[in-house]
Amino acid sequence: MNYIKNKIASATGVVSSLLVNNAYANKYNLPEPADPVVQQIFDLHMMTSLIATIIMVIVTLIVVYSLIVHRKDKGYVPDQNFHKSWFGRWAWLLVPIFVLGVDFAIAKSAHHTLDTIFDEHAEADMTVKITGSQWKWSYEYLDSGVKFTSNLNKDLTPEDEFYLRDVDKPLVLPVNTKVRLLHTTTDVLHDWWVPAIAFKVDAIPGYITETRTEILREGTYRGQCAENCGTGHAFMPIVVKAVSKEKFAEWRDQQVAAAAAAAAEASSDKEWTMEEMMAKGEEAFNKTCAACHQVTGEGVPGVFKALKGSAKATGDVKVHIQTVLNGVAGTAMAAWKDQFNDLEIAAIITYERNAWGNNTGDVVQPKDVAAER
Amino acid sequence: MSTDVAHEEHHHGPPKGIGRWLFSTNHKDIGTMYLTFALTMLFVGGASAMYIRAELFMPGIQFMEPDFYNNMVTNHALIMVFAVVMPAAAGLANWMIPMMIGAPDMALPRLNNLSFWLLPAAAVMLILSTIVPFMPGTGTAVNTGWTLYPPLSIQAGMGMDFVIFTVHILGVSSILASINIVVTILNMRAPGMTLFKMPMFCWAWLFTGLLLIIIAPVLAGGVTMLLFDRHFGTSFFDAAGGGDPVLFQHLFWFFGHPEVYVLLLPSIGVIAMIIPTFSRKPLFGYKSLVGGMAVLFTLGLVAWAHHQYTVGMAAGPTTWFMIITILISIPVGLMLLNFMMTMWRGAMTFETPMLFAVSIVLMFSFAGVTGIMLAVVPADLEYHDSMFVVAHFHYALIPGALLGLFAAAFYWLPKWTGNMYDERLGKIFFWWNVIAFNLTFFPQHFYGLAGMPRRIVDYNPAFADLNMLSSIAAFAYGISHLLFLYIVIKTVKGGVKAGNKPWEGAQVGTTGLEWDLSSPPPFHSYATPPVVK
Amino acid sequence: MTTHDQYFVPEGSKWPIIASLGVLTLLAGVALAINHIQGATLMIILGFIIMGTLFFGWFGEVIGESKAGDYNSQVDASFRQGMMWFIGSEVFFFACFFGSYYYLRELTLPYLGGEGHLGKTHMLWENFKSTWPLLNLPDPAAGIKGQYSEAREAMAAWGIPALNTAILLSSGGTLTWAHWGLKKNNRRQLNIGLVLTVLLGVTFFLLQVKEYGHAYHEMNLTLHSGLYGSVFYLLTGFHGFHVVVGAIMLMAILGRTLKGHFSEHDHFGFEAVAWYWHFVDVVWLGLFIFVYWL
Ligand code: HEA
Ligand code: HEA
Ligand code: HEC
Ligand code: CUA
Ligand SMILES: [Cu+2]
Repeated sequence: MNYIKNKIASATGVVSSLLVNNAYANKYNLPEPADPVVQQIFDLHMMTSLIATIIMVIVTLIVVYSLIVHRKDKGYVPDQNFHKSWFGRWAWLLVPIFVLGVDFAIAKSAHHTLDTIFDEHAEADMTVKITGSQWKWSYEYLDSGVKFTSNLNKDLTPEDEFYLRDVDKPLVLPVNTKVRLLHTTTDVLHDWWVPAIAFKVDAIPGYITETRTEILREGTYRGQCAENCGTGHAFMPIVVKAVSKEKFAEWRDQQVAAAAAAAAEASSDKEWTMEEMMAKGEEAFNKTCAACHQVTGEGVPGVFKALKGSAKATGDVKVHIQTVLNGVAGTAMAAWKDQFNDLEIAAIITYERNAWGNNTGDVVQPKDVAAER
Repeated sequence: MSTDVAHEEHHHGPPKGIGRWLFSTNHKDIGTMYLTFALTMLFVGGASAMYIRAELFMPGIQFMEPDFYNNMVTNHALIMVFAVVMPAAAGLANWMIPMMIGAPDMALPRLNNLSFWLLPAAAVMLILSTIVPFMPGTGTAVNTGWTLYPPLSIQAGMGMDFVIFTVHILGVSSILASINIVVTILNMRAPGMTLFKMPMFCWAWLFTGLLLIIIAPVLAGGVTMLLFDRHFGTSFFDAAGGGDPVLFQHLFWFFGHPEVYVLLLPSIGVIAMIIPTFSRKPLFGYKSLVGGMAVLFTLGLVAWAHHQYTVGMAAGPTTWFMIITILISIPVGLMLLNFMMTMWRGAMTFETPMLFAVSIVLMFSFAGVTGIMLAVVPADLEYHDSMFVVAHFHYALIPGALLGLFAAAFYWLPKWTGNMYDERLGKIFFWWNVIAFNLTFFPQHFYGLAGMPRRIVDYNPAFADLNMLSSIAAFAYGISHLLFLYIVIKTVKGGVKAGNKPWEGAQVGTTGLEWDLSSPPPFHSYATPPVVK
Repeated sequence: MTTHDQYFVPEGSKWPIIASLGVLTLLAGVALAINHIQGATLMIILGFIIMGTLFFGWFGEVIGESKAGDYNSQVDASFRQGMMWFIGSEVFFFACFFGSYYYLRELTLPYLGGEGHLGKTHMLWENFKSTWPLLNLPDPAAGIKGQYSEAREAMAAWGIPALNTAILLSSGGTLTWAHWGLKKNNRRQLNIGLVLTVLLGVTFFLLQVKEYGHAYHEMNLTLHSGLYGSVFYLLTGFHGFHVVVGAIMLMAILGRTLKGHFSEHDHFGFEAVAWYWHFVDVVWLGLFIFVYWL
């Protein structure tokens, strides 16, 4: 209730703050651009807004003047031949010419930005492939091979400033670097929208679309999925951390090293114990799979199958592994083979087979998964 | 039965009992049924809008599963567009066009009844689509929004199939109704009623009908392909088999963009009747208005992909769609200028229909200029799928379509019922409605720009204050419609008798014949066709 | 010339509301059936029964009125114009499919194959080559709904399809010949022409069925064989459906001419069906050229 009271108090401030925009620093406008093309778009937006305002002022003035003066209760006598005056005869031509002029001005000013956006030969210093899936983003730095998945930070509540705008692992990009962003998805349409640093383009399953960014200032930029992708559409935030080139290089090298270590671990012959696997598996499951199957493993009846007591999660291990690796065609259950290495999959499966009373006692090893790939 | 006998019987007035309505072939009765259906569905579609606004009242999930929220958004849009605005406009056409042009009835009266009765069938299918997902094992609710984009619509559960068939039925209904109206206008005019003597409302519906005949089949084809992809293994929208999900978007918007003019034009026609009446002076630029509609018709058919600037189209087509879309400001600007110039140097009075008409001119212009902002490709790459778009189209749809229908109701209720509506209540309704409307949707522009996407059930607290304002205003706005309902019922029941020509300035500037008839008009308007000088 | 007196406004009719019920039952039944809900077939059958009764009832009523001479020339003009606009809307229904076909074949398949504006898409389907007819698929294993199996060969244009073209074109000819007969009040020519047209229509249909069987079993060209199968069956299937409807209407007209209905000047029913048949003809030409041949 306190929350509501606060909000009502601030709502009264809204009207005044609309007029004095700076107080809220673009709380009611497009965010401050941090990319040259977005800057152009921002200027274009301000210009078309201005034209829109001017047109509305003109229209309103004409109508209001007429409403005040040309009324019957003022005894105004209608001019029955107004539509036959010179203006009445030529308006059909004059008005279109005038509007065409304005249209032309608008189209002309968009022209330059359009050319930049559609520049087929634009150069880039690095390329990041962004893959949307229900309901998270995966990033792959094509130049260095670094890849990871970014999930919603579920710990925040509606009172927090970054509620639904925070992730576990942000995308890290260097400033003043031309980055090509390739967009695609594994299931339905998504749209990677971080308004301050790049205009948006839909991610389409089976196709690759492209945007670019060249971040001008260090900082954290936030956005979220902008194309309806189903149940979790509101829960697919994007966080981009822009850092200096040096810091970025450092970060990247760390990531490459960590990935190499993880791969080595996964392919080592080590026999993993139940405890190790359950711990690893629980973490990965809660992060990724619980979005649908819930932390309780009970799923959502009729929509997402329960794993607690499910036939697959307690039956043949091979079938279980296959399901997780390749997904279930025609459902929201995606193929996970590209997102996780053998160790992770083995851990998740071990967890599923032993948590929530699925006490099968199986400990799945990475090599079992490798055999099914 | 010979014609003469049949004809004699027609003078005995309406058939008795429920059969009068169920089996009707009378354009006024069918018109009344259309209007009643639309008004009823306004409350259904409005109720889902109230759900939406209640959920968005503040951050956090209030009481809706995300899928149910998006199902409500889908239903809200489909109902408002297909079961409120279009049927209401068709109801007006049924009532007024034969009376205006001096026809005995619609050209194809039985077909007319069929077009109406398909609507309740569609409504039942749509309601089933919402109920079905509650049964176990039927998959997710229809959570796609009214645009039904695949692959999400391929993932969705069984409810989707009901929506697809709803769209089929609605399509057939619209096509039949349009054919009927177009043929009525072209073939049923009284002697001397040339095309260029027709009231503007008839012109508006002529273009509307032609548009529907062109676009409705394309939507039907599109959802058919969707059905095939869902159930029969085809791959139109699946890249793995060589298809493309974007194809569906092209098909949808080839329908969807002209569709917004289908919603707009009847109301433009209504305003073009009302403004001259209450300005007591002929419509400014009759021919240029007709020309404007013709240009709008043409441009409207080739502008569709401005809803898809973000799908990665090539530069050539993108530029084409941008330019065509911006050019649409020319015919629409001309229409609005004609309205303003009709008021100019008139002797205006401000009865409820006129209040609505004037506010529409202002608010729809605003929708139009935000439309032009959206049309500019680079900027739309930021606006797209944000609440800014939602703000734009509610300004377009509510003033541009719904309020025009309210205006028409006030304008013609005295003619239909023979009773004057309560002017004082009418004015209260107007102010309440328009103020609450603006408070609901104006703020959406700002939280849209600030980055709130559409179709989300929950949002970041940065958007909270304006959303709360929107929601509170939306409830006030919603309740105002109960007043409208009350006014209508009161007028139907009785009131000050209205003369044949309740408005002093009625019939100024056009030769519409409706005001020559009594109020309410006889069951069969014209036994023999009147002759227009 | 249209006359303006006594435009026929029918009495109230029960058929429209029955039609609405029939459509609801039928489509709800189909929606349930394709989701494998039990008992849905019953609904479909019921729907068909309602629709069948409806057509007999409604058209019977219209034919009765027509024979009673209720329709003056203005009513006749309404019917004609109505039919024209209806065929107009059908044109756009097929335009939707032809347009989709063009779009997929000329614009997006090349993207998948690595050409054009979105050519980088090829990254996702490295082994895919865009060809038409599409016999290899980007990824047969990965359908959104189940898996695809590639077609083995493409449809040849110059076998049955060419024969069918000749058949359908000549059926247009025989129909026109029948119409001439009607206008000269030569009933024999009318009836023979109509019988020939119906026979040609039926032959066309049977050949088409044979061809489908061949495609399905020998060529593995099915609804599941990716875009080529999808497009092929969508276009030819909806055309075939129109042929069936047209043939049934032709038979109804034949029945009426045998009973002596229609006169030299007053035969809207005949003409409406003839227009429809010619429309179906033209669609086939488009199909033959764009789907089979090019
Ligand atoms: C009645 C309905 C209606 C009407 C009339 C319009 C009218 C217009 N609309 Fe709108 N629109 C919708 C309903 C409507 N729209 C809906 C429902 C959607 C969203 C659908 C969805 O995604 O769910 C939408 C979305 C939409 C988009 C896509 C946004 C996006 O998703 O990214 C665009 C982009 O170009 C657009 C543009 C326009 C334009 C240019 C007009 C023009 O017709 C406006 C022309 C009018 C004027 C310009 C004003 C009058 C002119 C003057 C006073 C003269 C001077 C003016 C100038 C020189 C500018 N609309
Ligand atoms: C003609 C069309 C039309 C009309 C009239 C309306 C009317 C309204 N619309 Fe809607 N709307 C659309 C067409 C229309 N809309 C479309 C096409 C979409 C896009 C869908 C999509 O994304 O797919 C949309 C989406 C849409 C959204 C965006 C949802 C989202 O993207 O997350 C919202 C949110 O505020 C909204 C709100 C409203 C409100 C408050 C009204 C109000 O005007 C409604 C007011 C009317 C009533 C309320 C009448 C009923 C009265 C009662 C029931 C009395 C009782 C009242 C109370 C309980 C208070 N609409
Ligand atoms: C986007 C939602 C979603 C996510 C995320 C998801 N699943 Fe699933 N999963 C489903 C759905 C839906 C099904 C049911 C498929 C069907 O109808 O057979 C399913 C089925 C399964 C099954 C088979 C259950 C049975 O009894 O048939 C297993 C095992 C499974 N998922 C494991 C996982 C694992 C492991 C993860 C994470 C790595 C995961 N899922 C993530 C949606 C999801
Ligand atoms: Cu992903 Cu919305
Ligand atoms: Cu549009």
